[in-house]
Amino acid sequence: MDTNLAIQTKDLGRVYRLRGPKRKGDAKQLVALDGVNLEVRRGELFGLLGPNGAGKTTIIKILATLLLPTSGSALVEDLDVTRDVQEIRRRISMVSGGETSGYGLLTVEENLWMFARFYGLDNVTARKRIDSLLEVVGIADRKRTKISDLSTGLRQKMNFVRGFISDPNVVFLDEPTLGLDVTAARDVRGFVKQWMHDHPDRTVLLTTHYMAEADELCDRLAIIDRGKLLACDSPHSLKHRLQQDAIFNLKVGPLGPRPSRDAMIEAVPGVRQATVVEQNGHTELNLILAQEDVLSDVLAHLTRRGSSLISLEKREPTLEDVFIDLVGRRLDVDTSHHAEGEHAAG
Amino acid sequence: MLPAERVQKATGLRLFWYTIWARAYPRIIGSTREKSWLFFETVLPLMGTASYVFVYRAIGAPEAYTGFVVLGGAMTAFWLNVLWAMASQLYWDKDGGNLELYVVSPGPLMAILLGMAVGGVLMTATRAVIILVVCSLLFNVSYQIASLPLLILIFVTTMAALYGMGMMFASVFLAAGREAWHISNLLQEPIYLASGFYFPVKAMGFWIATFASVIPLTLGLDAMRQLIFAGDPTLGFLSVEAELLILLVLSVVFIYGAIKMLAKLEEIGRREGRLIERRR
Ligand SMILES: Nc1ncnc2c1ncn2[C@@H]1O[C@H](COP(=O)(O)OP(=O)(O)OP(=O)(O)O)[C@@H](O)[C@H]1O
Ligand SMILES: [Mg+2]
Repeated sequence: MDTNLAIQTKDLGRVYRLRGPKRKGDAKQLVALDGVNLEVRRGELFGLLGPNGAGKTTIIKILATLLLPTSGSALVEDLDVTRDVQEIRRRISMVSGGETSGYGLLTVEENLWMFARFYGLDNVTARKRIDSLLEVVGIADRKRTKISDLSTGLRQKMNFVRGFISDPNVVFLDEPTLGLDVTAARDVRGFVKQWMHDHPDRTVLLTTHYMAEADELCDRLAIIDRGKLLACDSPHSLKHRLQQDAIFNLKVGPLGPRPSRDAMIEAVPGVRQATVVEQNGHTELNLILAQEDVLSDVLAHLTRRGSSLISLEKREPTLEDVFIDLVGRRLDVDTSHHAEGEHAAG
Repeated sequence: MLPAERVQKATGLRLFWYTIWARAYPRIIGSTREKSWLFFETVLPLMGTASYVFVYRAIGAPEAYTGFVVLGGAMTAFWLNVLWAMASQLYWDKDGGNLELYVVSPGPLMAILLGMAVGGVLMTATRAVIILVVCSLLFNVSYQIASLPLLILIFVTTMAALYGMGMMFASVFLAAGREAWHISNLLQEPIYLASGFYFPVKAMGFWIATFASVIPLTLGLDAMRQLIFAGDPTLGFLSVEAELLILLVLSVVFIYGAIKMLAKLEEIGRREGRLIERRR
C-alpha cells in the first residue's frame, strides 16, 4: 500500500469469454489484458495510449468497478475494485467519448441535476455547481436547451460537466475527444488541464489514441498494445529514448509491387523501424534509422526499386515514433477522422 | 473556476431518497413534454373502455358492468405502463448508455429502479384519473364506496405488487434482450382477458382466476370493485380481506425478487462484461 498512489494494478488480467456462433477451432476466449502493472500517482494526469482493441477501455472499466478482473488485482485510492465497490464509486467518475447518456427530453440543467443527485449532492450545491461548471466549459447559455437539440461537441461538454460535478478524486476519461471537432476538442483538453491545475490532489486517467493529445496533456503515459503494457514514462522521456536515432519522413514515387515494412527493414541494414503508407499515387515512408548515414543506403535502395524521391524531412521524434519503435506498426489514426483510406503495411 | 473546497455528499438512506426522486424526475417531466405518450396512455385505454361499454350495452349486459369496465379501463393504464415503460426501461437505459453511468454512480441501483416505478405510478395515476372521470361522466356510473381507507390500502398494495413485478421484469427483460419484446406482446392481450379488466374475474372460473391472480391487478381490481360497487353478487372471487393478504404477499415476493435479480444482474454484468454496458 502506498498512499501516494491513486491507482495501482498488479498483474491485472482480463479474459473475455466469447459468445455467439461457435465453430470448431474458433477461439473461445479473448485475452484483453495480460499482466498489467500500472502505478498512477495522486495528482497525475495519466494517459493510456494504444490502438483499437489494446485494452484501454477494459482497464478503465475494471478501475471504475464496471468489470471484474479475471486475474491480478487493482486498487483505486487503496481500495480494492472487487471488494470496496461502493466506497470507490463515491470517489470516482467516468466520461467516455461518443457518450449518449441522459434523456433527450430533459434540459442540460435537468440532466446534470439528476446525475448530481445520484452522487448525493443537495439541491443548492447541485445548482451552484451546475451553473459554475457550465460557465467554465462555456455552455452556460445552453442550460435550458433540451439535450436532444445539442450538437456532439456541446453534448460532450455537458458530459464533462457531469463527470466533474460530483467533485471526484479520480476521473476516468475514455477517449474524451472522440468525434469532436478541433475547437471542441481543444476546449475539452483545456478544461481538463485547468481542472488539474486547480485541484492538484486529484487524478485523471485518460485513454486516447491521439498521439498529440497524449503528448499535450499527460504528465506520464503508458503505451499498451494487445493487452500488454509496453512502456510507461513521461512523454518527454519516451521521446528521449529515440534521441540517438534519426527519424525521417520520405515521400517517394510508387515503390513497385507490395512495398512493405518488413521488406524495407530487411533490405537496408540500419533501418530500425519503418511504416509504409501508399497514398494517391505516391508512398509515404516513416523511417527510424540507427544512424543518420543509413539514409544514403535507403535512397540507393529506393532507386533500385525504380522509385524517386519527392520530398524528405528529418524531424524530432514524436510519440508516434515511440509507438512504432515499440510495436512495429503505426498507431492507426481514427478512420472516421481521416477518410483518405490509408493502410499501414506491416 | 470552482472553489477547491470539498463538496458534501449524502450517503445511506438520504442518498437512496435523492436517487429515487432524481430518477423519477425524467419520467414525470418527460411525459408532460412528449404528447404522443399522453395519447398512447390515455386515449387508447379510453377508447378500449368505451368500446366494451358499448358492446355490453348492445348485448344487454347488466348495467353494473359499465362500472366494472370503467374501473378496469382506468387500471389498464397501469398495466400498460408496467409492461411497456417499466419492464423495458433498464434495457433502454443500457441502450442509451445510461445504465453504465447509473452503476458507476454511488446511487443504489435499486433506488434507480424504484425511481422509475415511482415516476411511472405518479404519471399513470393522472391518466387513470382522466379515464375514470371522463368515462364516469360519459356513461353515468354511480359509485357506492364501502370503505375508503380499505380501498386506498388495496390500491396502494396493488401498486406495490404490480410495480414490484415490473421491477423484476426490468431485470429479466434486460437479460433477455430483444426476445423480451415478444414476451411483452404475447402477454398484453391474454392478460387483458384473464385479469378481468373488462369483466369480473370470477366469471372466468376458478382455475383461470387463480392463475390470473399472479398478476397483481387481477385481485386488486376484484377487491376494488367489491368495495366500490358494494354488494354486486357477480363480484368477489375471494373476500376483500383474503385478496388484500394475497396482494401483500405478492408485493413482498415481487419486490424481494426485484432486489435479488438486480443484484444478480450487476454481478453477471461485472463478471462477464456484458448486460450493463452499451455494446457497439
Ligand atoms: N464484453 C466483451 N466481450 C468480448 N470481448 C470484448 C468485450 N469487451 C472488449 N472485448 C475485446 O477486448 C479487447 C480489448 O477491448 P477494449 O475495448 O478494452 O480496447 P480499447 O483499447 O478500448 O480499444 P478502442 O480504442 O477501440 O476503444 C478487444 O479485442 C475487444 O474486442
Ligand atoms: Mg476503448
